[in-house]
Amino acid sequence: MSFSIIFDNWKLFLEGFVVTIQLVPLALFFGFFMALPLSVMRASSNPFLKWPTYSFTYFFRGTPLLVQVYLFYYGLAQFSIVKETILWSFFKDAYKVGLLSFSLNTAAYTTEIFRGAIERLPLGQIEAAKACGMGPLTRLRRIILPIALRKSIPSYGNEVIFMLHGSSICSLITIIDITGAARIVNSRYYGPVEAFFTAGVIYLCLTFCIVGIFKQLEKKFLSHIRR
Amino acid sequence: MADDSSPVLKVEGIHKSFGEVEVLKGISLEAKQGEVISIIGSSGSGKSTFLRCLNFLESPNKGQFYLRGEELQTVRMKNGELRPKDSGQLERFRSHMGMVFQNFNLWEHMTALENTMEAQVQVLKRPKKEALEKSLELLEKVGVYKRRGHYPSQLSGGEQQRVAIARALAMDPDVILFDEPTSALDPELVGEVLRVMKKLAEEGRTMLVVTHEMDFAKEASSHVAFFHQGKIEEQGAPKVILENPQTERLYHFLSSLLT
Repeated sequence: MSFSIIFDNWKLFLEGFVVTIQLVPLALFFGFFMALPLSVMRASSNPFLKWPTYSFTYFFRGTPLLVQVYLFYYGLAQFSIVKETILWSFFKDAYKVGLLSFSLNTAAYTTEIFRGAIERLPLGQIEAAKACGMGPLTRLRRIILPIALRKSIPSYGNEVIFMLHGSSICSLITIIDITGAARIVNSRYYGPVEAFFTAGVIYLCLTFCIVGIFKQLEKKFLSHIRR
Repeated sequence: MADDSSPVLKVEGIHKSFGEVEVLKGISLEAKQGEVISIIGSSGSGKSTFLRCLNFLESPNKGQFYLRGEELQTVRMKNGELRPKDSGQLERFRSHMGMVFQNFNLWEHMTALENTMEAQVQVLKRPKKEALEKSLELLEKVGVYKRRGHYPSQLSGGEQQRVAIARALAMDPDVILFDEPTSALDPELVGEVLRVMKKLAEEGRTMLVVTHEMDFAKEASSHVAFFHQGKIEEQGAPKVILENPQTERLYHFLSSLLT
């Protein structure tokens, strides 16, 4: 293994690193805030709220992320309504398409995580909220979501890690993230071990940080909650 | 009745069915200011369901509901159950009716103090400072002041139930509903909760208590209603009811408790 390949290209890896740690948190941010209303709709007994969100999560969880990214990036360009309108300025930009598909994908998974937590909520605590006169929105805001979100922390931590690793897919639509940088180094020097080993180590460190953050979150928000 | 003031809570002809099974067959009851009504009966007699129908945690099929003379407006749904015409009116009714549950049902993500403050701030829109003072005072009163910063999972059952009572009191309710408040407690913790409840009864709070504690019913209540198969089989002053039952069913129920 020649370390010089890695050191000579540290700038490229750094650029890739910056792209990844921008793209992933942004996608998680949008996905999280989409999942909040979606999970409530998904857990609702009203079929007009439930089924559209079910279809959404079914599609995004039922197909590979790579297929979704290709569909958005290459597929949409076929339609004149996209290609010949203002939409094209959005969909020709690989970064934006990557962000969009990642956001929708993580929104779907996060929706299901939150939905599960909402449905497993202790009924008695919701009754207590009703019994003291809280309306549906207050109950949602003060009781249901705070408890459901706390209970979702461990599974959401996994989702964050999956999203980080899944984000390597964006290198296939010309985005230079960590994996993208490794692909460039590999093709220039034919050093697959050096290139992808470096990428792997960076992902490993990031994962380590995420695990640490979620451990702290669990300690702060979950230690006194019954599971 | 000597007291002619209008009842705090009055219900007439409450019916409730779960599917084919009719659990409540026309219950009427009223609670005057300061009255403590103990509701007794074997399990399955409908007493808990009755209590839960009062604040619509369970939707009754029929009945009229009055709080301080104001009638709750209801409409019938397709499945035969009643629902409030205006959910705002129900929420207002509920905010005047405290409820204490068998399983405490404290909000697990909040401390004892936060539990008692929550509805004051969110429902009654009290300023935080006022809610805080009120909560501290009530936690002191029920004897869990020292445990105010603890979460429900860190409290004993008796402490949790006393916090739940403080949470109900914090709303300055017109009437408090107790749904078997000591049934989920270890025997040695029952006393501390009953003491608090007796104190409230002596203060002249209006209370409806579904209970198996005959000593409480005898000593603290002003009125006892015996439920049997969805009806009030017998009711009256505790001394009369509990020491000199008129119906055979009540007699059997009471003697079954002694064994």
